[in-house]
Amino acid sequence: MTRSDLVQKLAEKNPHLMQKDVERIVNTIFEEITVALTRGDRVELRGFGAFSIKKREARSGRNPRTGETVSVAGKTVPFFKTGKQLRDRLNGKDASDGDDD
Amino acid sequence: MTEHQTERTITRADLSESVYQEVGLSRNESAVLVETVLEEISLALIADDTVKLSSFGTFAVRQKNERVGRNPKTGEEVPIKPRRVLVFRASHVLKDRINQKHTETKA
Repeated sequence: MTRSDLVQKLAEKNPHLMQKDVERIVNTIFEEITVALTRGDRVELRGFGAFSIKKREARSGRNPRTGETVSVAGKTVPFFKTGKQLRDRLNGKDASDGDDD
Repeated sequence: MTEHQTERTITRADLSESVYQEVGLSRNESAVLVETVLEEISLALIADDTVKLSSFGTFAVRQKNERVGRNPKTGEEVPIKPRRVLVFRASHVLKDRINQKHTETKA
């Protein structure tokens, strides 16, 4: 499924909305998640999952081909943890109860 | 890492609010749409489909085989059943945007 497939599906389910509005809705959601992560915020969508960032310290690595030591700059990487409910649903369990992370 | 800004947690309510501001649907309908987006993605994944959101990332389901695990507290061996797990791979655009911001503030 691509972004446009997703837009298509939502448009079918919401015939009263213009396709361009559906596109804006989808874009708004993922843009807000992106912007939150660039601020260092966490995005927690219960039942689905949580997006966060993890900081990686600068380290000295090695070029595996030459054996030469190179310094690798620190960086921040995005991270996603699947929510409990989705994890269960992927495995055929319908977890409509219980707490979630 | 030197100065610690206060981190916020963004939730569905924030996403609904943005949709409300951006598109001009009612607050309630905005909330329903946010939920529908997440549900459509979930359903695709449950059906073993990969979800590719350009300039954001890819969600894919991976099959894990059975293996022997260990209860870290008791040291007891426990079988871990075969299962399906979700993996998210951030796109380069997302990674770059996150890093740009953070290297800027660091400098």
